[in-house]
Amino acid sequence: MSSDQKIPETVTDSSDRKLAMKVDHVTKDFPVLTGNGNSTGDTFCVFKNVNFNVYEGEFISMVGHSGCGKSTLLNIMAGFDKPSLGGIIVDGKEVTEPGLDRMVVFQSFALMPWLTCFDNVRVAVRSAHADWTSLEIDEHTQKYIDVMGLTGSEKKRPAMLSGGMRQRVGIARAFCVNPKVLLLDEPFAQIDALTRGVIQDELMTMWQKTNATVFMVTHDVDEAILLSDRIALMSNGPEAELAEIIDVDIPRPRTRQQMIESPEYTRVRNHILKFLISHQKNGTPPPEPSDPAATNPIPSVADDSAQSVTV
Amino acid sequence: MKSLFYKYKLGPKLMSLALLLMLLLVWHGSTTVGKFDPSGKTDDEIMLMEMNGDIIPDPDSDGQYINNPEKSATFPGPMKVVEKIYDEFSNPFHRKGTNDHGIGWLILYTLAVFAIGYLAASIVGILLGVLIGLSRTLFEVLNPFLQVLKPISPVAWMPLLLYTVQDGKSVAVLVVFLASLWPTVANTAFGVSNIREDYLRVASLLQFGWVRRLFTVILPGAAPAIVSGLRISFVSALVAIVPAEMLLGELGVGYNIWMEWNNLDIAGVIFAVLVFGAMGFILDSLLDRFAKGVSFVE
Repeated sequence: MSSDQKIPETVTDSSDRKLAMKVDHVTKDFPVLTGNGNSTGDTFCVFKNVNFNVYEGEFISMVGHSGCGKSTLLNIMAGFDKPSLGGIIVDGKEVTEPGLDRMVVFQSFALMPWLTCFDNVRVAVRSAHADWTSLEIDEHTQKYIDVMGLTGSEKKRPAMLSGGMRQRVGIARAFCVNPKVLLLDEPFAQIDALTRGVIQDELMTMWQKTNATVFMVTHDVDEAILLSDRIALMSNGPEAELAEIIDVDIPRPRTRQQMIESPEYTRVRNHILKFLISHQKNGTPPPEPSDPAATNPIPSVADDSAQSVTV
Repeated sequence: MKSLFYKYKLGPKLMSLALLLMLLLVWHGSTTVGKFDPSGKTDDEIMLMEMNGDIIPDPDSDGQYINNPEKSATFPGPMKVVEKIYDEFSNPFHRKGTNDHGIGWLILYTLAVFAIGYLAASIVGILLGVLIGLSRTLFEVLNPFLQVLKPISPVAWMPLLLYTVQDGKSVAVLVVFLASLWPTVANTAFGVSNIREDYLRVASLLQFGWVRRLFTVILPGAAPAIVSGLRISFVSALVAIVPAEMLLGELGVGYNIWMEWNNLDIAGVIFAVLVFGAMGFILDSLLDRFAKGVSFVE
């Protein structure tokens, strides 16, 4: 299929895949507030009629400019926020409140600073498995701590750790309860570029080990391509819409080296960048090409962090 | 030697000690009974003063007078206070009749009143604060009452408490309770309502019941604010317990201050005041340890 062609959502659906989460015609309106916080009675629409399926075991990302409401959509999926129209269906039930079946990895990590790393993961295991013995809970916790490379830091408080280490705890906490869908809200935005690559690899390992279903919101196009099976593109808000979902047909397990050498990478990357540039806020047609990496997509691996395109 | 000096930060400590010695010297110097200066006084006046006992003949030199140390209205010097401290602590747990109890007993009475009132107020204050902090509606309902009750000095309640409760010991406890209630309520409510949204979101993701929510997220999250409330309450309670004990006459160190004043034993008053200072210092360092235990770095 041509990369420029709008792909109707049903085309990418294959009937043999099991549905993990259905985003069913979701619209979100926010009340317009006056300067002192009173409602004016008007509303403005962040996004409307967003409709797609998330299948079991897939990694799907959402990319779009700031203000398109992708984090709001994630909050609605998590149950932190309510949709104005439509709904989210997980396991045949509509989402009404947060729950262990939809764990979130937060941009701000959201670790409890008064608990050690181990206990931050352990509280989640304990919640998910109330019937387990203390020993079973500890063993399960330790397993996820080890997979995320946190061994030796169990007793440390989050304040003593770098951003990268903190988000490892956040990822361990989210994966350890084996949720139906994992929601990643710009998980690497607050982590330095060099550490980011390492944790992205660890996330991939974790995802493959657990066969988890992941929905991720991101600003980083390369991150989305590296990690995702499909990438959803949102047009600009207000009244943003789901413009298209593109497949990323790069074989797994992926390495950065393989990815950047793959023609599919170049195709997807160019496609997304063109989409984002054509949806820039001011609407002025950007110089072509706006980013040298977009037309010369074979940078060295050492140059990895520099070629990461962030919008 | 030099490294030990820096390791234990002896510089400031030595300076504190030097300052203390200097203050004691000034105190001592300004309260020492001096020679009587007869210049400008007639013989009649001097004779009258001697008959009144204001001055006595100097035993060391003929024809000279000194001020009578027994009748001197001057302030007691540090040596007198040291004597008093030694006297009191040489037999701290004596009991002679209803009023004359040793300083050990008096400290224990005060500590008991303080501990009961302060702990009860802390528990009630934290619970009330959590409820107010969690519910915007409850906050708006109770806030006017809190604003009116907060500025009332706890001692102002004493006549009403004596009229209703009557028992002196209970009144003292209630005064301490009222003194230490409001700061804890206000700070806890503030801390709870300002817990980072993220932590509450994690609690709801993990589907905590209200008990786990309270003990795993809300209380630890609000702990720094709660502790600062407890500190303000602590000082407020120490401030309130002195006039309460003075007025009630139910024993205790505050009562002792007033008794010594009634006896015109100024050294005794200074001693009792110093006992209060020492008690406050020790209790505060205990609170400090507790505060360090529950605080966290974001």
